Amino acid sequence: MEQLGDATGSALALLFSGNADLWEIIGISFRVSFVAILVSTPPALLTAFALAYLRFPGRRLLISINSTLLSVPAVVVGLTLYILLSRQGPLGEWRLLFTQTAMVLGQTVLAFPILAAMSHSALQAVDKRAWETARTLGASPLRAFSTLMHEARFGLMAALLAAFGRIIAEVGASMMLGGNILHYTRNIPTAIALETSKGEFAQGIALGIVLLALAFTLNTLLQNVQGRGQPVA
Amino acid sequence: MTFKVLRPLLSLLACLLIFSGITHAGENPEKIVRLATTTSTDNSGLLTALLPKFTEDTGYQVHVIAVGTGKALRMGRDGDVDLVLVHARPAEDKFVAEGFGEKRYGVMYNDFVMVGPKSDPAQIGSAKTAVEALKKIADSQSTFVSRGDDSGTHKKERSLWSKAGITHDGSWYREAGQGMGKVLQIASEMGAYTLTDRGTWLAYQSKLPLKIAFENDPLLFNPYGIIAVNPQRHPDTNYAGAQALIGWMISPKGQELIGGFKVGDNQLFTPSADAGEFAAFSHAH
Repeated sequence: MEQLGDATGSALALLFSGNADLWEIIGISFRVSFVAILVSTPPALLTAFALAYLRFPGRRLLISINSTLLSVPAVVVGLTLYILLSRQGPLGEWRLLFTQTAMVLGQTVLAFPILAAMSHSALQAVDKRAWETARTLGASPLRAFSTLMHEARFGLMAALLAAFGRIIAEVGASMMLGGNILHYTRNIPTAIALETSKGEFAQGIALGIVLLALAFTLNTLLQNVQGRGQPVA
Repeated sequence: MTFKVLRPLLSLLACLLIFSGITHAGENPEKIVRLATTTSTDNSGLLTALLPKFTEDTGYQVHVIAVGTGKALRMGRDGDVDLVLVHARPAEDKFVAEGFGEKRYGVMYNDFVMVGPKSDPAQIGSAKTAVEALKKIADSQSTFVSRGDDSGTHKKERSLWSKAGITHDGSWYREAGQGMGKVLQIASEMGAYTLTDRGTWLAYQSKLPLKIAFENDPLLFNPYGIIAVNPQRHPDTNYAGAQALIGWMISPKGQELIGGFKVGDNQLFTPSADAGEFAAFSHAH
């Protein structure tokens, strides 16, 4: 059995030698998760806006449902979509199972509740009068909406990063929906699971390092953005 | 003005879009074959060695989904893959008989071995048969790790227990529910016995403090079969691609590559396609 130190050493060597397979896996992970964030952001923002600013029947229920979805395990999302997308399922005609699109779908579903919940809090924290003022001053609803988004931008940014952090690191849904196919649907977490099961710890650790580096970069970016947002004294 | 102030968000989104490159350029679905197979063929490195050559010869890309035999057959039954390469003869025959698969072709074989701690606490090394070896494990209450995942190996293990007439319900019997490699690791951490195919064992043995404790019983024979999903039941699977892969695997070239695949100095699989079947196959397609 390799020592942790040895494995980490080989991991770094793999990363910096530009190991094509390793970087391909990293590329797939990023592509899928970026697209998933892109797809889930607009509906999540609208939902958050509705929850924060509109009063309608079932609003509280909707909040409860969304909060519940926050704690749904990725494998359950994976299994549900698997059943829907399988040839025997209602969406089987789409032939999406074991494709990157299926992974995107899974991650979109996973990202949505985080985005909606965190954006909801962010929008709620904005002074309600911002919306009314904008509207009174003759802004169109779209324009007033943009103003709100701008007021809440730091909270929204945090929501994006948190959602991205969850989906790029999740293994359950990607494994089920993508099938962990080499050069196609093998992403960082499924590759870590596979390499670990094969006893290839160096590969696993190398990919783990990439995830950590990514988390660090995103958080540093966030800190910077928020730092700039502080009012000048 | 509002759009200007939205810039941080918009630029982030734009970055995501650029990085993501949503295209699936160069992918022709007709040139993709989906193969559900077992962890033993994939984890051992066999398919990684074989499939690039198949792609070179035929232009087909193979998407390999490595799961247990039970799950692989289920995927075939549902039409989620184009063909399966598995090892559980009774389940394979049933799969074909029920009309889910078209025809089973033998591809290769290896055998199962029982591995355990180097000290062999249950003394199964002295057993004459696999059934006797299991009895010794049960009698001595030595820890045994089962795949527990309805894989071909698990099916084989269950048939051996039932032949031995043992109901394994003690705390010495652990079901892992994981792939072969993972189960070998668990067995070595727990100092336990387990049943494994020889291919995976050879690929892992250098990393594990285990040894082969029992081997060479006809009951432990482990043949692999390849079956195309029945196109009548699932017309939109890639039947032509599945046929191309089957034909290639049982062709003299594919068989030679299987026989030549080695980990270290060990040959992992013995090619066993029937020459008559290949001739009939070539004639039909």
